[in-house]
Amino acid sequence: MTALTAARVRDEPVAILDRVRRMIQANPSVLPTIASVVIFVGMVVYGEVAYGRILQASTLSNLLINNAHLIVLAVALTFVIITGGIDLSVGSIIAFSSVAGVMLANAGWNAIAVMVVMVGIGALFGVVSGVLIRYFNVQPFIATLAMMFLGRGLASLLSTKPERLGEDSPIRWIGVQLKVVDGPKVNDLVITPAVIIAVIVVLAAFFVLHRTRTGRTVYAIGGSESSALLMGLSVQRTKVLVYVISGALAGLAAVLYTARLGTAQNITGIGWELDAIAAAVIGGTLLTGAYGYVLGSVIGALVLGLMNVLITRDGGIPPEMTTIITGGILLVFVLLQRAVTRKKE
Amino acid sequence: MTAASRTSLWRELIHKPFFWGIVAILALLALNVVKDPAYLAMSVNPNNGNLVGNLIDILRQAAPIMMIAIGMSLVIATGGIDLSVGSLMAVAGAVSMEFLNAAGDSGSVGVAFAAAGLALLITAILGAVNGVLVAYVGLQPFIATLVLMLAGRGIAKVITGGQNTAASSDPFRWISNGYLIGIPVVFILAVLIVILVGWVVRRSALGLMIEAIGINPKASRMAGIKPKGLLLTTYILSGILAGIAGIMSVGSVMTVDISRTGYQLELDAILAVVIGGASLAGGKFSLSGAFVGALLIATLDKTVLFLGVSSSATPAFKAIVIVVLCLLQSERVRSWFRTRRREKPAASELKTMKEEVQA
Repeated sequence: MTALTAARVRDEPVAILDRVRRMIQANPSVLPTIASVVIFVGMVVYGEVAYGRILQASTLSNLLINNAHLIVLAVALTFVIITGGIDLSVGSIIAFSSVAGVMLANAGWNAIAVMVVMVGIGALFGVVSGVLIRYFNVQPFIATLAMMFLGRGLASLLSTKPERLGEDSPIRWIGVQLKVVDGPKVNDLVITPAVIIAVIVVLAAFFVLHRTRTGRTVYAIGGSESSALLMGLSVQRTKVLVYVISGALAGLAAVLYTARLGTAQNITGIGWELDAIAAAVIGGTLLTGAYGYVLGSVIGALVLGLMNVLITRDGGIPPEMTTIITGGILLVFVLLQRAVTRKKE
Repeated sequence: MTAASRTSLWRELIHKPFFWGIVAILALLALNVVKDPAYLAMSVNPNNGNLVGNLIDILRQAAPIMMIAIGMSLVIATGGIDLSVGSLMAVAGAVSMEFLNAAGDSGSVGVAFAAAGLALLITAILGAVNGVLVAYVGLQPFIATLVLMLAGRGIAKVITGGQNTAASSDPFRWISNGYLIGIPVVFILAVLIVILVGWVVRRSALGLMIEAIGINPKASRMAGIKPKGLLLTTYILSGILAGIAGIMSVGSVMTVDISRTGYQLELDAILAVVIGGASLAGGKFSLSGAFVGALLIATLDKTVLFLGVSSSATPAFKAIVIVVLCLLQSERVRSWFRTRRREKPAASELKTMKEEVQA
């Protein structure tokens, strides 16, 4: 089922094309994922030709370092969207969790405890949305919209100015850049613990979603909730679980982002839920549920990250166009998905 | 009047969608009065005969919320949602401010009308984009409007070149700050528009058809309603009303703040609609309910500020209100109340049965 099997290197290039064609015919919903891989490669090639210095270790490692939190968020949204739901609260969970975390850390709390609390705050928000959706039949986007405003409001109650993490705080270690390969001049392959955490999250999510019973239930709910119920799957428990996962991962993303930046503010993360949704959608997750791949969402997050790099490199595009372009790309992919699913109907 | 008819009248009032909204407004006002006994005091400005006071401020603040709430009511009644209203407000503000700034004639009524007209035209077009995506392409409403929510603020930024553009135009400013027979023009305008929209949708079959779509699009199509055209109209209307709200909110300061004008107001609109007793699942709407809802939100905004809480924290209170309202709407909570009411007769029946058995 995974998109990566399509990209696996074969002896003859013809065989790959043949395989891809057969895969699309068998399952048209992989088309958006393949499209996003093609777009990503195309963006790298275009960037390399037009601006240079894209296909080099330092640029690529910066891409990962700067987008580690977005990758985690994209994974979070993948779970929720596959069940046919949505989580609009991730951006403000990050705001509340990071402001609270930095304040606790500055109050002298142990770093590990602070990080646990930050993830816990996210999970708690997830529990509330999950319970609202599961027990009270509130539509997911309304429940998480309410959580979005609750998080933003609570963060503003705590503080409305940037809270700085102490220079010697152990939390900063997560954002420390470690040189893996010492390249010529500044062209080093660098990695941060945050990137490693993001990779672990991706692998764990991949395992849970594609290799476990819980993962299959997540897909089944998106396909048809009533059928999943009739099959005797633990629909209700899993429905709450995906929002808890999403919230907890948002809390984790707050840890990664705060550690890299060293500050937290109540306006952090505005619009990130849209970036995360866009990443998942670009990566081939259908908004109607039941189709999607964790690794596709990672590619989607990287497409968005690379887009920012290219816009900065170009210099001619005003930065305020970024949101319009993100919106445009999201729209194109949603339309693409619509075309694909309509054909199947 | 007999006691029985009085209680039935009372019961009818309680079941009106806006009843609890009015109760909440009174409660909030009472809270304010406790803090400052002179809160409700209104006075007449001796220079121009205009009313001034906290209540008037609330009416003035409620006007733009009413506009987007009316649009949102119709959209939600079709079973959709319009998340882009806040961004469209920013677009309308940006367009009108840029136009007035370029025109430069601060006294001309024609220029002010042209600026407002251009802003409404553009928001109508953006609303039409939403409508086409929802009605003809078949996207989920919230994702279609989410895109414009994201891109709309970007469009506003591009229009003003990233600046917070200020302009001067006395007629334009009059819309937000002026008075007519002592009452703020902006509130009179809002009431007139609410009445106009209400008259159109309730005097014609439009409201019924909108609700039919929200209840079951397939059945409504089979009954001869054309859902696509109606959906498109609804989203265009929501866009235009958001444009009016944008004009109202930039008019009072004559500056568009591209990152703050209309920011997060889509929640206010949704909240007003839910307070008004409409179901978020679609199928019914109440403009008078949304009207009261908008007043309640303006009162809540003022109260939170008055109690000394930072204005950026108000979303938290609104979120709590919306969660409580969603809970009250949910089938599970309603069934709790129902069983509790039925429990007593059931218990007494059981008792009589036992007695019969004993006998």
